[in-house]
Amino acid sequence: MRWHRVLAVFLRYLFLLRVSPARVFPLFVWVGIDMVLWGFLTRWLGATGGFRFDLVTVLLGAVLLWDFQARVMHGVATAFFEDVWARNFLNVFASPLRLSEYLAGLVLSSIATSLLGLAVMLLVAVPLFGLTFAPYGLMLGAFFLVLFLFGIALGIAGVAVVLRLGPAAEWFIWPVPAMLAPFACVFYPLSALPAWMRPIAAALPPTHVFEGMRGIVAGGSAPVAQLVAGTLVALGCVLLAAWFFARVHRYAVRTGLISRYAAESVS
Amino acid sequence: MPEPLPPAAPHAVLTAAGLRKTYGDVVAVDEVSFDVRRGEIVGLLGPNGAGKTTTIDMVLGVLTPDAGRILVEDLDLATHRSAANERMNFAAVYSPLPGNLTVAQNLEVFGLLYGVPRRRERIAELLVEYDLARFRGARSGVLSSGEQTRLSLAKAVMNRPPLLLLDEPTASLDPASARDMRARIRDFVAREHAGVLWTSHNMHEVAEVCDRVLFLSHGRLLLEGDPRALPREHGQANLEELFITVAREPLSLALE
Repeated sequence: MRWHRVLAVFLRYLFLLRVSPARVFPLFVWVGIDMVLWGFLTRWLGATGGFRFDLVTVLLGAVLLWDFQARVMHGVATAFFEDVWARNFLNVFASPLRLSEYLAGLVLSSIATSLLGLAVMLLVAVPLFGLTFAPYGLMLGAFFLVLFLFGIALGIAGVAVVLRLGPAAEWFIWPVPAMLAPFACVFYPLSALPAWMRPIAAALPPTHVFEGMRGIVAGGSAPVAQLVAGTLVALGCVLLAAWFFARVHRYAVRTGLISRYAAESVS
Repeated sequence: MPEPLPPAAPHAVLTAAGLRKTYGDVVAVDEVSFDVRRGEIVGLLGPNGAGKTTTIDMVLGVLTPDAGRILVEDLDLATHRSAANERMNFAAVYSPLPGNLTVAQNLEVFGLLYGVPRRRERIAELLVEYDLARFRGARSGVLSSGEQTRLSLAKAVMNRPPLLLLDEPTASLDPASARDMRARIRDFVAREHAGVLWTSHNMHEVAEVCDRVLFLSHGRLLLEGDPRALPREHGQANLEELFITVAREPLSLALE
């Protein structure tokens, strides 16, 4: 891995962000709106009473963490799409850049943009709605790690799909977080799901995060074993997604897709 | 088991042996072998669909040949793609640099990708040499065709590659800009002793610039030789007439 090449991929994206309000705007506006919307909803629900736990910590905290994961995924995808939109594939893939370096550059871009989104969410949710993560203690780091890894895996798998099917396939990948949300038990416990959904939900690393959050707030112990398993599964997903991307890239190089990519689309 | 390579020509910077590429039933490149030596400009000629860009894509490592081998200096592209790509660079009329980055940003990004030593100094040097200094803060997409071609060429030579691949580098240029571009490329070859593989449909340009030409037709290498002597050897008045003959009657030449 040559870090100057990883830096090149990141720097290209950073150059674009620095001068483009149209690119910076979505990084914080949607998450900011989500915090405000869910913040007021949470406050109103909390005021109606009848809850045995702190609704802000559980509900608004869950929205924040889920949005963070979606930002991580979108961060990888958006950095990749800059090459699609600029028809830059030939320039990039005919350079000495290795696939691992390209993916590392996308991940670095995603870290930068998702941290910005996270900072905005915290700036809205903490002072306005009194969100605190104190009950989670050190487990909070594990929650973020699992969601970050899974977001990276979704992002890499998503861009592999777009590389294979063409630019029009982007509409398949943007809704992925929303499609996974019902299974990931963001707002309700695993037990609330019908039996057929539970095995799918249990296989998703984020489910362990949100189950763990609710467990801690309800006075349970830290779900260490559950989170270790979630982290390992999320890490496995990253490796699987990278393998899938490499396989699609091999197909693209075998068929000539890279050099005529702009002409390809989902039929 | 990789195919054995024929003995490389002395000072060969690119050796292609037995290249073949098919798309379904269509044979795009068929048993093509050639080399490019240091200090030499080789023209890769042929009508549209002859297999020129397919050949260049294979040399760049963005298209896997079905058969054959490619060596860049002593590196096998199939097993050392990244290291081999460090020793080459390219400019193609159909692959401009990202239009949403400025001239300086593009050079910065590609300087990092190619691991250019003393990058800042090299970029400053190229901006002057390719007459781009006044556009350094301008987005590449708003430059004229000539300016964009100069930028592509500046990117292509920035790592001082031993092998330079140019796919119709002057296709969108007016005659004065095209002449200027040819002079810059010749100057680069003379200074760096690089080898160049150059595709073009402008036969006057090829006759002026290339030391040797390769004629492709229907994916096969039909002719090879000195662009100034080759037309006479095949009973044609000039390279353009020879090109037209190759395009219309490739079989007659192949059987000669």
